[in-house]
Order: sequence, then C-alpha cells, then structure tokens
Amino acid sequence: MSAPTSNAGHDEWLDALADGDGYALVCPDGHGSLPPRRVCPECGATALAEEPLAETGRVETYNVVHVAGPQFADDVPYVNAVADFGPVRLAGVLRGVEPALDAVSVGDRVAAGVEERATDGERLVAFRPAGGE
Amino acid sequence: MTDVRVAGVGLTHFGSHPERTGRDLFATAALRAFEDAGVPRGDVEELNYGNFMGALAEHQGHQAPLMAEAAGVNCPATRYEEACASAGVAVREAVRTVRAGEADVVVAGGMERMTNLPTDEVTEGLAIAADDLFEVRAGVTFPGAYALMAKAYFDAYGGERRDLAHVAAKNHANAVPNEYAQYRQEVSVEEALDAPPVAEPLHLYDACPITDGASALVIVSEEYAAEHDVDAPVAVTGTGQGTDRMALADREHLARTPAADDAADTAYADAGVGPDDVDVAEVHDCFTIAEVFALESLEIADPGEGISAARDGVTTADGDTPVNLSGGLKAKGHPVGATGGSQIAELTRLLRGDHPNSDHVADAEVGVAHNAGGTVASAVVHVLEVAE
Ligand SMILES: [Zn+2]
Repeated sequence: MSAPTSNAGHDEWLDALADGDGYALVCPDGHGSLPPRRVCPECGATALAEEPLAETGRVETYNVVHVAGPQFADDVPYVNAVADFGPVRLAGVLRGVEPALDAVSVGDRVAAGVEERATDGERLVAFRPAGGE
Repeated sequence: MTDVRVAGVGLTHFGSHPERTGRDLFATAALRAFEDAGVPRGDVEELNYGNFMGALAEHQGHQAPLMAEAAGVNCPATRYEEACASAGVAVREAVRTVRAGEADVVVAGGMERMTNLPTDEVTEGLAIAADDLFEVRAGVTFPGAYALMAKAYFDAYGGERRDLAHVAAKNHANAVPNEYAQYRQEVSVEEALDAPPVAEPLHLYDACPITDGASALVIVSEEYAAEHDVDAPVAVTGTGQGTDRMALADREHLARTPAADDAADTAYADAGVGPDDVDVAEVHDCFTIAEVFALESLEIADPGEGISAARDGVTTADGDTPVNLSGGLKAKGHPVGATGGSQIAELTRLLRGDHPNSDHVADAEVGVAHNAGGTVASAVVHVLEVAE
C-alpha cells in the first residue's frame, strides 16, 4: 500500500467522528450533507453550518458482504449498513454482530465511530449496536 | 428535427477473451456494424465511444482516437464515461448530434476488457463507480450496494430471494439461442437459490458475470438512409437521461431509482409513447434486483410489483412484455462500457426480426432500452420503434 492520501475536509470529518464529535453540514433549509462541500446538493445554498450527528442512528438497510476487493480481503464476511443519523445517513461496517442477515434488523440502533480495516489498518466508518429500537 | 435510424449493429461475442486487446474487440464490433449497415466507413462523421475502466484494465487512457483508427474511421472521436451507462450516453449523444443536423452518420458503442484482471481487481475497479470517500472506504462493494438496495426493497415492499431467482432463470433461458451470449445454459430457480452468497441477500446467480466485449451501432439520419438506399427499418424515437445523488445513503429512496424514472419519463415524452405501448424491453440487470428497479422506473410494473414480474410470467419470453430476450447483462454478459450499445443492438435485431428470439415478439413495434450507471446515480433510456 502507498501512503494514505490526504483528503482535506474528509480527513477532519473522520477525526471528529473518531473523537465522538461527528457532524453533518446543514443548510438553512435543513438539508444535510457530508464534507468537503461548498454547496447544498439539494437546494444550492452556500451557507452550510456544522451540526452534530444524532447520538445513535437507525439502520435503514444492510447486507452481509462475502466477496470484496483487495482492500477488504481480510475483513470478509462483514455487515455493511446504511444508518440514519438525523441530518444525514452514513454507510459503514457494522461490527459487534454475527455476519448474518438474521443477526440484524432494519430499525436497529447503532452508534458511529472510526475503526480500522482488518486488511490494512486504514480508517473506516464503523457502527456498533447501541441497543433499543 | 430529423428522424434518427439505426442503420447497422455490430457485436463481439460476450465472454472471457482475456488475450484480446480492447482495440481488437472494438474493431470487430465496428466492422460488423458497417457490414450490417452497408454504410461506407468514409461517411462516418463522428465516433462516440463508451469505456469505463480501460485505464485500469489496459493501462490505456485517451482511447477514442485509438478506437477510431482501429475501426478505420478518421473523424472527431470522443470517449464517454458514465460507469455501466457509458455506451448508453454515447448513443444518446449520437442521437442528439444527428437530430441537431450536425452529422448524418455517427458510430456509437463501447468496449470493456475485464477478464485479463484478477477477480479481486475487477471487484475493486467496479467499486470505483461508487463514492470513494463515503462508500468504497466504508466497505461498499458493487454487489454490496445492490444488496443494500435489495434488502431495502424487501423491507419496503416484500419479496424474497426466490423472486429474484426467477429473474435469473428467465434471463439464462433467454440467452440459450443468442450466439453472442456468455452463458448459454439454463439455470434453474433451485440452482440459483443454492449458489454461494456474494453480498447477502444476493448470491452468485443474482450477479452478472465479468465479461469482455464490444458493441457498435451505425446511427444515421432518415434523409441519409433514403438518399443512399440504406435499409434502416428501426428508428430511435426517444432518448432520456437522469441523474441522482452519487452515494446510495444520500438518496431519498433506497428502494427506488429516480434517475431512471426521470430518464424514462423524458424518453417516453420524447417519443410520444407511454409504458403501455412497450412491446419488448432490454434493461440493466447487472443484478437480478436491478431488473426489478428497471421495470418500476419504466412503469412496466407498479412500485412494489416489479419483484414478482418474472415469477408471474409477465416478463418471460412468452409473457405480456418480454424483458431481456438477449439474456440481459445477467446471462449475455456485462462488458461495462459496451453494454448500453449492446442493448440497442439486441433491441434492433429483435424489432427487425433477425434475432434468434424475434419470434417471441413477432408483432412488436415499440422497444425500450434501460442502461444504468453504478447504483443508478445515472441512467439512460431509449425508445426504439419500427419505422417501416
Ligand atoms: Zn439545502
């Protein structure tokens, strides 16, 4: 692997998420999006303010990945999920559950953080079960 | 505005040809298209060429001039990249160019070389059609993204793996007589259900194969066809394109494909036809669930009803609206940058009556092609009609 590329805006967002201070960019009309971003993709507003993500997110959909590219070769099988954290949804790897379709349900609550890929130690958005519906 | 005709179509065999160069594949398709059209290469005024991952697969950028010389044409040549919809947008721009009176003869199509790479590198290559920062790095693979959409669909509308297995069985059955298809053997519903998982709820037979291949179309104005006595009975009467948010998580609907809704609405309005007029369709079934989304975007099925269309026989070869009589991406194969052109080539053959499956749609007059990029962040729809 070459040295990790620096992506201004995204790197700082991951740092914040890792510190428990995850945020979204929100326009005056309340549309959420993720950085780096200069324009609200829904309405075109340019006044974007950082707002905290909800403490926990609701799983909207998920899968169980068995075949992945080289960067996730040692991570499979894993659960991938999309969860709603208020202003935005996030995609991430759901850890702390069996990698099985019946081990998770749509509507489950999860917390978001930053963990490492098993394959190469790169940072990734990870979810953990937060309990409750 | 002039009418646009498909004067000729050319395809390579879709399959595993790891030793064949991209330039050789595209030249083969282009020469077949010229022969089918009876149009001299010297009359070509533009080349619109679709390709997705040539820089990864062949270490080759700047492919359009290379493909122009491979095809034996000397004219402005441009590469179009829209992931799996690359050739679809190349065809759309050809249609718009001819309509605008800018050219009378345009070659459009595409090529993808894939099987020369190891499977894990192809997986990685396909993944880059998704948002790198917020999807690929978060573990979203190409099959994984469609698995997320399938799970969301099941949750919203119901449906199960068995419904999807019927899509696979249908498209494999359709591919059997197609000489260009990668998989010409039937797959039973039970075999599809028993296949190993790729990204649950999707298993091996829910996914299209990795494919090498090329497609080419000779697109001409109606006036050119008449003047040069070119037999071109099929017209492109509608074209539409739509765009959605790149990342699945940012979409309003996880179980619908609004970009394709928009493309279909535009194409139908452009052609002056409606969903009820459609006799036959070629749709982008990179995964079985993707055919379900396509049917609903094209309004061949209502939201929530597309899942049962194959199982109920609505979209089978002898159903009301046969879908993917070519075998689809699923069984015919999916050389990513060639697929959108291949769909129009197959639809043209079906409507002309010279496709091995034409007998199933002997009276068909209106066909529709649906080509999607990535997880349908982009989509292109074309309407084809028998003009004479
Ligand atoms: Zn906004």
